[in-house]
Amino acid sequence: MKSKKLSIPYIAWMVVFTMIPIVMIGLTAFRDKAGGFSLEPFTKAWDYRFVFLKSLWIALLSTVICLILAYPLAYLLTKMKKSTQKTVQLLIMVPMWMNFLLRIYAWKILLQKNGPLDMALSLLGIHGSYIGNTAAVVVGMVYEYLPFMVLPIFTVMSKIDGGLIEAAQDLGSNNLAVFKKVIFPLSIPGVISGITMVFVPSASTFLVAEHLGGKDDVMIGDVIDKIFLNDQNTGSAISLILMVFILIFLILMNLFGDEEALA
Amino acid sequence: MNKKKPGLPSKIYFGLIFFFLYMPIAVMIFMSFNSGRNSTVWKGFSLKWYGELFKSKELMNALGNTLLIALLASVFATILGTAAAIGINNFRGKSRAVIQNVSNLPIISPDIVMGVSLMLLFSFLGVLLHFEMGFWTVLLSHICFCVPFVVLNVMPRLRRMDQSVYDAALDLGCNQWQAFCKVVLHELLPGIFSGMLMSFTYSMDDVVITHFTQGASFNNLSTKIFEMLRRQVRPTINALSALLFVAIIVILILINIFDRRAEKREARR
Amino acid sequence: MKRTLSIIMALVLTFTALTCLAGCGSSGSSSNGSNASGGDATGDSPSGNKGEVNVYSWGEYIALGQDEDLMNVLEAFEDETGIKVNYTTYDTNEELYSKLTQSNVSYDVIVPSDYMISKMIKEDLLLELNYDNIPNYKYIDDRFKKLACDPDGKYTVCYSWGVTAMVYDSTAVSEKPKDWDALWNKDYEGNILMFDNSRDAMAIAMQQCGIDPSNCTKADVDKAVEKLKEQKPLLKKYVMDQVFNEMEGSQATIAPYYAGDIAVMMEENEDLDYCLPESGSNLFYDAFCVPKCSKNKENAEAFINFMQKPEIAAENCKYLRYGTPNTGAKDFLDKDITGSELTFPSDEYLNKCYVFSNVDDEVYAYMQEQFLKVKTS
Repeated sequence: MKSKKLSIPYIAWMVVFTMIPIVMIGLTAFRDKAGGFSLEPFTKAWDYRFVFLKSLWIALLSTVICLILAYPLAYLLTKMKKSTQKTVQLLIMVPMWMNFLLRIYAWKILLQKNGPLDMALSLLGIHGSYIGNTAAVVVGMVYEYLPFMVLPIFTVMSKIDGGLIEAAQDLGSNNLAVFKKVIFPLSIPGVISGITMVFVPSASTFLVAEHLGGKDDVMIGDVIDKIFLNDQNTGSAISLILMVFILIFLILMNLFGDEEALA
Repeated sequence: MNKKKPGLPSKIYFGLIFFFLYMPIAVMIFMSFNSGRNSTVWKGFSLKWYGELFKSKELMNALGNTLLIALLASVFATILGTAAAIGINNFRGKSRAVIQNVSNLPIISPDIVMGVSLMLLFSFLGVLLHFEMGFWTVLLSHICFCVPFVVLNVMPRLRRMDQSVYDAALDLGCNQWQAFCKVVLHELLPGIFSGMLMSFTYSMDDVVITHFTQGASFNNLSTKIFEMLRRQVRPTINALSALLFVAIIVILILINIFDRRAEKREARR
Repeated sequence: MKRTLSIIMALVLTFTALTCLAGCGSSGSSSNGSNASGGDATGDSPSGNKGEVNVYSWGEYIALGQDEDLMNVLEAFEDETGIKVNYTTYDTNEELYSKLTQSNVSYDVIVPSDYMISKMIKEDLLLELNYDNIPNYKYIDDRFKKLACDPDGKYTVCYSWGVTAMVYDSTAVSEKPKDWDALWNKDYEGNILMFDNSRDAMAIAMQQCGIDPSNCTKADVDKAVEKLKEQKPLLKKYVMDQVFNEMEGSQATIAPYYAGDIAVMMEENEDLDYCLPESGSNLFYDAFCVPKCSKNKENAEAFINFMQKPEIAAENCKYLRYGTPNTGAKDFLDKDITGSELTFPSDEYLNKCYVFSNVDDEVYAYMQEQFLKVKTS
């Protein structure tokens, strides 16, 4: 029980499958095609800076919308009976158990020209295609990652001591004041882990923009995928930049040392 | 506790959210009964795409592979991760922080970076050791991103556990192994299972990492759907989604039944 | 706590049960499949272990029983020879090339196009074929036996050929498009699709600039890039096989694609029509090759031979609608296929077409890089 030995296999595993691959990306990123040291991959990666910014923009939008949708949802959820809470939680999770790609495909059907949304809106006299633009990509992202925002916020909120709320009420706070002074501050850790769990994957994902976006919606994940076909060095450089960027973001988000919030 | 029934506004809000969550799936399932090939035009009711689905050896094979990988990856990750968590728990200070941060890397690093880095590793090792990417590389990669979830789920339980119970068991004549099984594992079980469950779900859902490590001859459901979506989409894919959805619902209902029974049993005590 | 525990136990159990069921299901269905198709009562995989063949082919390129009246060619091959086929697919020649050169994979049969074949021969990536193992090679039309990319006829067995053309929605255009310039027509703004593939996209742009696309320099690429940048604001999207859904579902107005595929799209949507550009287009060949990394060369040859059986070639042609070089296949094809301009363009039209040659590596890499930049600018 006191033994550290049990972790040896995993430490060895991490060295081989986590550390070495990252070191390999680093090594590949500083090489040219001939194999010598070079900064060329990074100068080439610079050409894709606008794609990078676009990805961050899309991720930011998705995260904000997720937060706006999820926060009230989580709050209202805590107000329900325990058994209802469980059912609702499950219902939020169910779409997540469908395959990632099937969820995108579902939106593709829904948003296309002559699709259900178009048909519904054409009753009002509006006709068109709702796919192939940034908004469609954001909707897809929100759909993919909404549960990642709801669940951490809900978990944190439901752990708030009921006594604290009652005490505040006894001291004469109205509902709004209770929310502002007690519930909101205490829910911040959940919000933070929700933000990271939505922002990181949506900034780096590929395929969503390819399927739901238009000609201008290319995200950094798609570029990495494409560029790796003919230029591993630049691909590695972009991956490395992305990785560093996300690490900085996470440090800002204070994630380290607070690993329970992730689970 | 003053938990009330939800009011009307909150009911409406939940309704809207569930509409948002389930509308796409409903449309997708509806279209699986379309006899035409295109999802914009309704050409009449038909079950032929379900027939096609079951006829397709490739898809069935892919489904088998998906489940096999998910099962193996989650079991192996659970064993590795539980042992690791117990070991890590005995580290203190800096070294512990370092191990934990490295362990979390696969969770926090973007899927695509992980996929690409593992591809680099496997193609490098493959040249060195003469193996090809395929089933095994996919399995290894899945274990990679599953273990951290197990560690994360087991860790908090370990921290909450009372060391003295273990010591008491030893004092009462258990040997180390017995004490470990009866006290430690028993205490950790919920964490272990939820870690395993998470691993299983993530493994089923993963597209990106499998895409980069699949090699020449391996296909699972994700890579198959990936291919289908880039090509001429046929409603077989809708039929597949419909069946997956039904399977999930059935599982949930089963859980619910188990849950109710357990509740009753607990109430009787 | 007991309750959570039992939930989780139940979940894991059901999942496991599901796995077993699916396992049985898949093995069951596969044996059903072979029973149904192999009427020769051999039942499950005839002699079992004859090894495998890893086929890496274009997506949607082999008849797999996708429609009721089509045969599943791969299963037929498995039933006849007992060799297991591992079938994976790629979208572009470039994807094929990179998988072949960068990762440690072992493919046995690949189907590169003309310019890629010359590149691969030049880089010594292909194995010479033993034509004694491919007796059905005799059915191949002489015109397709010693292709420009394989002048000695040592590495290739031509699988299909065709030209690029345009497909358009006749209800959405004001006049019939005649040439590639329709893809730059402002009237169709936001409804034009374009090849998501550097070589094909650049070729069309080069034709518009009056450059011969078959072989080009970096300067030519730059000019083509300008032309593509000019087109980008008018586009809906860059697509490859997604074009099927876009056009069949009337989501876009006009798109360039491979003529054979256009024939397939037109069957699904009556509003669609086609146009063989007046100024000519790209004539391409795709041929079976065996790469150096192959570990089952004989199985690969058996596979290639099987695919050139006249009835099998006809089946693939029926599905694919690309021209087949197999002379025997025409006897198994309907008139409306053999007579179609999209599947078998006239010699007169073919004279206007150009074939890609292998451009310099540096130019080639430059072309791909610039295309990605156009897409992301």
